[in-house]
Amino acid sequence: MVPDKTSDQLLKLISRLDLPKDSLPIRKEALENIKRVGLPSKRDEYWKYTDPKRFCEPFPKVSERIKSDQLPLFEDFGAIKLVFTDGIFDPKKSDSLGDDKLQFEPLSQLSHMDDSWLSDFYGTLECRGQKPVHRPMAMLNTSCATDGVTLLVNGVITKPIHIIYNSSPANPDVKIHHCIKLSSGSSLTVIESGEASSRFNKVLEVDISKESSFNHISIQSNTDDQIVSSHLFSQLAEKSSLKSFTLTTSGVLYRNEHIVNLDGNNGVAHVAAAALGKRKFHHDDTVFVTHNAENCESRQVFKKVLEDGAHGVFQGKILVNPGAQKTDGYQISQSLLLDDKSQFLAKPELEIYADDVVCSHGSTSGAIDEESLFYLRSRGISEPKARELLILAFLAEAIDEIEDKNISKKILEYLETRL
Amino acid sequence: MLKIRNLKVSLEEENKEILKGVNLDINPGSVHAIMGPNGSGKSTLSYVLSGKNGYRVSEGTVTLEDEDVLDLEPEERAAAGLFLAFQYPVEIPGVGNMTFLRTAINSQRKARGESELSAAEFLKLIRAKANDLKIDAEMLKRPVNVGFSGGEKKRNEILQMALLEPKMCILDETDSGLDVDAMKLVAMGVNALRDAGRSFLVITHYQRLLNHIKPDFVHIMADGKIIKSGSAELALKVENSGYSDLLDGDTNGS
Repeated sequence: MVPDKTSDQLLKLISRLDLPKDSLPIRKEALENIKRVGLPSKRDEYWKYTDPKRFCEPFPKVSERIKSDQLPLFEDFGAIKLVFTDGIFDPKKSDSLGDDKLQFEPLSQLSHMDDSWLSDFYGTLECRGQKPVHRPMAMLNTSCATDGVTLLVNGVITKPIHIIYNSSPANPDVKIHHCIKLSSGSSLTVIESGEASSRFNKVLEVDISKESSFNHISIQSNTDDQIVSSHLFSQLAEKSSLKSFTLTTSGVLYRNEHIVNLDGNNGVAHVAAAALGKRKFHHDDTVFVTHNAENCESRQVFKKVLEDGAHGVFQGKILVNPGAQKTDGYQISQSLLLDDKSQFLAKPELEIYADDVVCSHGSTSGAIDEESLFYLRSRGISEPKARELLILAFLAEAIDEIEDKNISKKILEYLETRL
Repeated sequence: MLKIRNLKVSLEEENKEILKGVNLDINPGSVHAIMGPNGSGKSTLSYVLSGKNGYRVSEGTVTLEDEDVLDLEPEERAAAGLFLAFQYPVEIPGVGNMTFLRTAINSQRKARGESELSAAEFLKLIRAKANDLKIDAEMLKRPVNVGFSGGEKKRNEILQMALLEPKMCILDETDSGLDVDAMKLVAMGVNALRDAGRSFLVITHYQRLLNHIKPDFVHIMADGKIIKSGSAELALKVENSGYSDLLDGDTNGS
């Protein structure tokens, strides 16, 4: 039974939304699904450590501080820019792809959905990810996302694609849904950055075919007020790889869910994130990696720096299904608590049904190491600078997960300016 | 150079006095050695001089070229020219040795109102210094002291000293954990830095190191005080007959 309060709220939330007028049948299905399961509440086990209230309010609190400036971070990076303004693709600000290995259309422009690959794809990975736990925010997104990148990749793409979210206070409640499918032997790097809106709900579905690789970098927020729900749904075929890295440096409420299915033998999935915030910052990484095939490797590396009352949450699971022999699963979640007021809650889970498997997990919380701090200061490095060096050092393991070293260098430079 | 007057220090957490009135004068260009049994307060002295937390100075003064040191933060002491070569250099995963060294020298230069070194200037400087101490490029690239052998860690300390060119160098048991060849290399690095304007305080258990770094003065420390001072001969005496003879009855301070 869905509690009445939630259902009232849901009706209010939904009544504001127009289902986009494409012919995707799954939108209605997703809407029916969320009506059935209801919005998340703090009573749900999966939301025990993060209060979803602000995701569920009919109207988000509008932040005037959300700016549409894109990050200068990857400005001169030779990336192909795809810009969304207030949740709608902005062709004027975007680059043309100019590559016949890429078939791109914005979701909102797909009028003849019937003969598109997308009609069979949109929402399928999200649906698959609804078991064994519901992810209502993703259902909501699938039902009424206004736009997104739809991308079919046939080959090795050397230039990264940079998805930039611009926004104005005019639309404080943006929902974007991307669908990316890599054909066999393809590779692609996607960077996401920008504010999008006061409340941002994003879903990225990515299907990685045999011997393909997908690298994903997401830079979240510059503003203290933002709240974000994001889902990355991925499935990996034989000998394919996924490397995903997310950086969060401010904001008030983040729930980043990463759902990975390793379906083919010899697949590799690395999911990493670095987050730092203070005061009202609440950052939740919820990860679910399923091994369905042999000889696959998965790594989860999650680091959070929390200050002045900030909260960090990590819920990470590795599920090894029967037959997924020779699985190599690794999971580490760590927090650096800069004072006594901050808090980190970690729930690592391993569920293993195969007998020839290596899985390890670890979770730590700690303060800045006083010995290291003194060592640096004794060499003339000021206390703030020494702290900065140690914070960057703490985050380094997550940043090292980034495949492209030019990108990780940029991220480090950016972080130095944020500290 | 360095003047220590009646320095009394206890641990902050427990009320246990460790230094019970230390007096020491170190002139520019001279090398002083402090020897003493375990627990006599040698390492505490080095930590208090460099500004480590956890100690309470209840009495006494320390001045470096007439500037009160005890009021300064560790980084200010470093910029003023004080350097401690650690007995146990700290491993710092994630911080590259090069980044560390460059940040250190530029922080000190900035604090002294000097211009910072450019990447190219720094690289040239560090390569020359590293070469003298047989520190290869690989060691410079690694995180600070991570995966270094005992000898490599101590050489890295001397490299920092050579780079930062302090006026007052304190070496806390730099010989511990070193084989003979590594000790010679470290001593060579130290000797290369000896000049009329730079002083050394060498803390050691053993006379062995003092064969390679010849001190001008030797002090014996016991129970938080310097109980005897003399020339390099004193170290040989300790080597031959141990501390017990000195501890029994002889309480003439320096």
